[in-house]
Order: sequence, then structure tokens, then C-alpha cells
Amino acid sequence: MHENEKDSKSVNRVEIVCFTVEKQDFCVEIAHVLEIRGWTSTTALPHAPDYVVGMMNLRGTVLPVVDLSLRLGFGKTEAGERHVIIIAQIDEKVVGFLVDAVSDIITVDEAEMQAPPDVLSARTQAFIRGIHTVDDDLVRAIDVRAVLPQGDRVDA
Amino acid sequence: MNDLNDMFFQECDDLLEGLSSGLNNLEDGGGDAETVNSMFRAVHSIKGGAGAFGLNQLVGFAHALENVLDDVRAGKLTADETVVALLFTAGDHLSDLVDAARHGNDLPPEQGASILSDLKSVSGATHSGSEPGGDAAKEEPPAFEPMALTVDGGLPALADMLSPVESEPLTITFKAHPQLYANGHDPALLFRGLEGLGNLTVEADLSTVVPLRDAPWSTPSLSWKITIRPDDLVDEAAVREIFEFVEGLCDLEIGAETAPPPGDADSVPALAAPSPSAAPGQATQAVAAKNAPAARSSTIRVDLQRVDRLINLVGELVIAEAMLRQSMDEMPHSANTGVDDAMSQLKQLSGAIQERVMAIRAQPVRSLFQRMSRIVRETSKEAGKSARLVTIGDATEVDKTVTERLVDPLTHMIRNAIDHGLETPEQRRAAGKDERGTVTLEAAHRSGRVVITLRDDGVGINRARVRQIAQHKGLIRPEDDLTDTDIDNILFRPGFSTVDAVSNLSGRGVGMDVVRNEIQSLGGRVTLQSEPGAGTSVTISLPLTLAVLEGMVVRVADQTLIVPTSPLREMLQPGQARIHTLCDGDRVLALNDELVPITDLGAALGYRADPVSLDLQFLLLIEGDSGHRSALAVDTIAEQREVVIKGLEQNYESIPGIAAATILGNGKIALIVDTDQMIPVPGKGSAVNRPVPGVTGDALHA
Repeated sequence: MHENEKDSKSVNRVEIVCFTVEKQDFCVEIAHVLEIRGWTSTTALPHAPDYVVGMMNLRGTVLPVVDLSLRLGFGKTEAGERHVIIIAQIDEKVVGFLVDAVSDIITVDEAEMQAPPDVLSARTQAFIRGIHTVDDDLVRAIDVRAVLPQGDRVDA
Repeated sequence: MNDLNDMFFQECDDLLEGLSSGLNNLEDGGGDAETVNSMFRAVHSIKGGAGAFGLNQLVGFAHALENVLDDVRAGKLTADETVVALLFTAGDHLSDLVDAARHGNDLPPEQGASILSDLKSVSGATHSGSEPGGDAAKEEPPAFEPMALTVDGGLPALADMLSPVESEPLTITFKAHPQLYANGHDPALLFRGLEGLGNLTVEADLSTVVPLRDAPWSTPSLSWKITIRPDDLVDEAAVREIFEFVEGLCDLEIGAETAPPPGDADSVPALAAPSPSAAPGQATQAVAAKNAPAARSSTIRVDLQRVDRLINLVGELVIAEAMLRQSMDEMPHSANTGVDDAMSQLKQLSGAIQERVMAIRAQPVRSLFQRMSRIVRETSKEAGKSARLVTIGDATEVDKTVTERLVDPLTHMIRNAIDHGLETPEQRRAAGKDERGTVTLEAAHRSGRVVITLRDDGVGINRARVRQIAQHKGLIRPEDDLTDTDIDNILFRPGFSTVDAVSNLSGRGVGMDVVRNEIQSLGGRVTLQSEPGAGTSVTISLPLTLAVLEGMVVRVADQTLIVPTSPLREMLQPGQARIHTLCDGDRVLALNDELVPITDLGAALGYRADPVSLDLQFLLLIEGDSGHRSALAVDTIAEQREVVIKGLEQNYESIPGIAAATILGNGKIALIVDTDQMIPVPGKGSAVNRPVPGVTGDALHA
């Protein structure tokens, strides 16, 4: 009984939204995700970091869109109809993440998440919270606060 | 409990505001009976609420103040200058006590001790003691009682005071309305309160009680007849005071000795005013007078966030409407005029809704001005000057956020006006002026903006001295040719202060530059006029609302931008302007013998690497608050329209050169240019040419 309860209702079970950037699997906790939108054109911002694509209009709310590919060091996304924007709420701020595609929503055990190995670059250390193993695939958990424009300023 | 607490303190704020406006009225000589009455009620309500929360310090002080007001109300005390001054001080202290209580503290007792004793000495001599068991009541020797009956004796004042006190029974008929119970009052508690006044007999009138099976059983039908044989100096007012909190929620008749005929009270319809025949004339009159102010305009308290959410939604409605209009315009021209008619109706409606919703946030500046009257009193006292505040147009309505954010700048400006502007009483007398200086605060609506003017009748700005100090501080060069306005504007420069020894009052490390920054962040402008010997006036001009802005839609390097129209002075078509290129690609516009620097908007915002040829560019001539001008070069000018302001900081961060964003009719976002950052500061270069955050500050000190 006790074991059973822990299995199904453990606080460590979290739902994650999996998405791909440059054919790699990433995820964020579903608690952050407000909705997923198709690509919409944005307004470029002056004096903004290159990974901030611009501002988008989400039903009257003006929010910045971050090119996750560029932010994670994969190169600039040439955004088009096939791309999607994950609208995420992080603390008080609402931000859009431009990604290639959203693939799945799965439940994982937070306790089984592995920390990124020490040898990796500063950028990996800052942006990757940990790694989930799902059916032999590695799904990288993004640290949403760190990838924000006003998050840790990690330069490439 | 916390909610209750909050509610009490909110109410206190309103009540204190009422008290303060009453005092101002009184000072201006316009204090009629109702003014004093409302002040008394305000203090009394604070006392009542404070008692319920066990705030003893507040209760004690409010009680003393209430006694004085009671005396003024009863005509036993004339509201002359000293009394009004004392009341002002007491009102300030009361608001301090409320503030302290709000934060769960008590003030050190010695802080209000002198005020308290002043209050007591003013009221002590005459007071009849309306508080049950209060000191004042006990101090009255009962031996005076018989003298009260010999009215023609030599003590008219005392006799006056004691006259209603015959130790004869008072008869009270009390019938509660349903609302009394709904509000949580309990007749038993009221009776217990009465018990404190004297020997009490309470008789419930059961004659009107209907059997339970006969509806409506939810309507209370009990009434009570109370006979009270007062212990000592209890008059009708004391009884009324007990019932004060259920005023309007019950039928109350107080009669001396002659009991109303049995059953008479029951025949009075539940909601009607007490029948005049039932009570002696005096009592009826009092009831009528007390009922009148209860019929105030009905208001509700609404959480500001709810209003803001509504405003946001309406903003979106307006945008959606514009989007609909745009896609209709793009449709092949159809003959369907019905849709067009419906569209224009929708546009009108959404416009009207937007206007009304904005009006919800609008509040009269009265409360802001009243806060300032306290600043005037305190500052003039500290500075050893005599000053009074005159307010004009305090019913002018301004967005609530604006009034809140004006508190600090106005406070600072008033301190300046009194500390630096007004002369000492001796100097004023020597100059042939009234010893008492006047500070005037005026608010008015002028062409879609709110204009607030602060005037003093002091010495005015000593321009020679300002110039000297500015040179000394390196803000200007000795050879600079400056107009009077230029010199006056130096006051707004950071790090300027005319008084060398930083005075305790105004020179607290902040200067008029802080005032200007705050006003500018509200989208406003500050200007200053001064006449030596006659005084200085500072004018603040503010947008009516922070949510909507009038702007020109322009295109620059394939981007759509909004340039606010308020700083816009002139628009020049390509080829119309006389443009000269100086070295390093810097270009200036020759305009009426003035050379105006040209800023390529696209380059300044980083949309294109290099400034383009100006041959095909439109020029927008803008003027900042400092009076400096700049010409913004843009590709095309599309239209002039009202845009809804969307802040960038909420989800992102502030961007140099950009004030905010908006959403256009096609759903796209356009950025609103921060024109003040586009105007180069003379000798310092343009602020936005350096793409660093916080440019203005950096540029000024570069």
C-alpha cells in the first residue's frame, strides 16, 4: 500500500514537454508551459541580443521570443511555418521559445534525472539542468530561468 | 481578521481625508455646522473602529479630539485661529497614529503628549463628557446639577450645557430594520451600552410578533421600549452616540419623560422616518439632520487589479476591432454596406467603452492636494516661515497611478518653494508683502492633458546666483550666453543646489532633476517660470492617462515605429529642408537661423548600419523638455493615430531609445520611440548612439 502510493502519487513525478531543436531532444516542465503556438512574425528589437528574435503579440500581451537553437549554441533558426513557439511563464514573465517541433508530453521521475557531467562547457552547465533517459534517448532538461534574455549572461 | 484590518485602515484613510478637507473648509471660514458634524463623525468612526481592534492609543487620542470637535459642534468653542491650528496638528498626529497602528506599532507616548494636553485643556473646561465612564464626565461635580435648573442664574454657559440633563427618565423606542441584523449588530450590545448611562428598563414589544408559520418570518418584528433613568449628566446626545453605528438601520425615537402612546411606534412603517408626532420636536429635528448626510452618493470599493484587468481587456477589444476593420478593408470591395454600418457602430461602442473604463481609474486630485497641505504646514514650521496652501481645481480628475506617483515630486517641489522660495516673515514685511506666504496648487484640464501648477509668491529665482553656482560646479562655462529660461532650466540639472549648506528640508541629495525624471517617466513635462521678487511657478503637464498615447506611425528600415506627437513640433518633407553635412557624417538642419542636429532613427536604433542619404527622408522635428531640439529622419510617415501602450519591462527589459510597444491594427507590434533619448544633450552627444543600457545616465556623465 505504502509502496503503491509512492509509485503513483510521488511528488517526484513530473510531466515534461519534450521538443526538438536541431534534431536534439530537450524538455521543460509542463508547469511552465502556458500554450504552444505556431510560428508568427515578430518585431525586431533594437540593441537586443541576437538570440532574441523579437516581440510577438499573444492576444494583446507583448512578449519576447527566444531562439533556443541560437541560445543553446546550434546556430540561428530560419523560422518558418513549420516552427512552433512554446509560450512559457517563468516567475512573473511570459516568454516564447522558438523550437523546431514539440514531440511529446511524458511523465518522468525527477529523482532519476542525471546531472550533466562536469566536463561540459560553461554554457551547458548553465542551461542544462539535467538529463532524463527516455527509451534510450537522452532528453535534456532546460533551465528556463538561465536561458531568458535577462538570465545568466553566458556568452558563446 | 486581516481583511477586516485592511478595511478599517482603508476606511481610516477616507475618514482622515474627510477630516482634512473639513479642516481646510474651517480655515477658510466656510465651516458650517455640517462641516464640523462630518469631521466629528469621521473622528468618531475612527475611534469606534480603533476600539474594536483594541488600538488604545488611537482611541485615547481620537477621543480627546472628538471632545474638542464636539464642543465646536455645540457652539461651546469658537473655531478661531488657535483652535483650527490645534485641530490641524491633532489631525496630523491622528493620521500618524493610524499609520503607526497600520504597521502594528504604537508611537512613543511623548510624541503626542503636548497635543493631547492642549486638546484636553481646550475641551476640558467646558466638556460634558459623552464617553461612558470617561474622565471628563467624572470631573463634573454633581453639585452643579441643581444649579442647572436655575437657568436664570449667573452661569449661562454652564446652564446651557447642563440644561437637557434633568434626571428624568428618557424613553427610547427602538425598532431594528432587517439590515441591522444583516450587518451583524446586536441589540443586546446596544442595550448593554445604554446600561452604562444609567438605570435601565428594557421592555420588548411583542404585540407585532407574528406566529412563525405566517411568513415572512425573516423580517424582524420586535421593537423595544427602553426607559433609562440617567445616573448623572446624560443627555440625549449621549444616547444617540450609542446608536450612532446603527443610524439609518433602525427606527429610533428618544423622548424625555412623555412616552409615546403604546402601539404608536409599531404603526410606523419599517422604512419610514420616525413620525414627528411621537417624539418631541427637538428629537425629530436631530434625527432629520442626522439622516440627511446618510444619503450620500453610492460608491463601491473595487480592487484596482480588477479594474486594470478590465482596462487591458478593453484595450484588446479596441485592437481586435482595428484588426477586423483592416481585414475588411483588404477584402474585395463588396456592396455590403450593412457590414460597414455595423463596423462603424462597433467602433463607436468600443471607443466609448474604452473612455468609460479609463474614467474608472480617474480620481480627483483632491486627496493628493490635501496631503500637500500637511507638507506645507510642516515645512513652514521647520523653516521658520509662515505659509498657507491655496488649492484650485482639486476636483480635476487624473489617473490614479499618476496621482500616486506625483506625491514625491510635489512634496519635493513644495519643500523647495517654501525653503528656497518664500522669504522669512520679516523679509516679507520689509518687501511690503503679506507676512504669510502663499503657495498655490492648481490643477486643470488643458487640451487633452492635465496641467498642475505650483506657484509661490516668494523672491523668485536669483538668476545671478544660479549662474554663479552653475559655473562653480562646472555645469556651464562663464562665456556661455544664456537666456533667463536657460538659467532657470539649470535648476533641473543633476547635482545642482542653490543652497550651499545642505538644508535639512529640501537638500536631501535629490534635486529638481529627480522631480523632472519622475514627471518624464509619467510622460509629462515640467517647465519653470520665475519673476524676481514676485515668485516662481512650476508647471507640470501630464497625459490624461498612461494607457493611451497619440503618435505618428512611421516606417524606418522596414520597421514600423511610433513617434509620440507631444514633443513633435514640425514635419518636413524630403527636399524641403536645408541640410548641411558637418564633418564625420554629422548632419544638421538649418531652421530659422537655428542649427538642429539630425538623428537617423534607423541607424540610432541599430536597424541599419549606416545613416542613409537624407534626400528621400522625412524629418520630424522634436523638442525635449530641456528646450533642445532634434530632427529624426524616417523613411515614410504613415498616419497619426491613438495607440494603446504596452510596457516592455513586464516580460522583457527596457530598451534604450524605446519607451514602450503597441499593437497595430494588423496585430503586429510596433515600438514607441523614446524621443527624449533621441535628443542630443549639448556638448555631450546623442544618448542613443551608444548602445549601452541606461544610456541617459552614462551619456550625461561621459
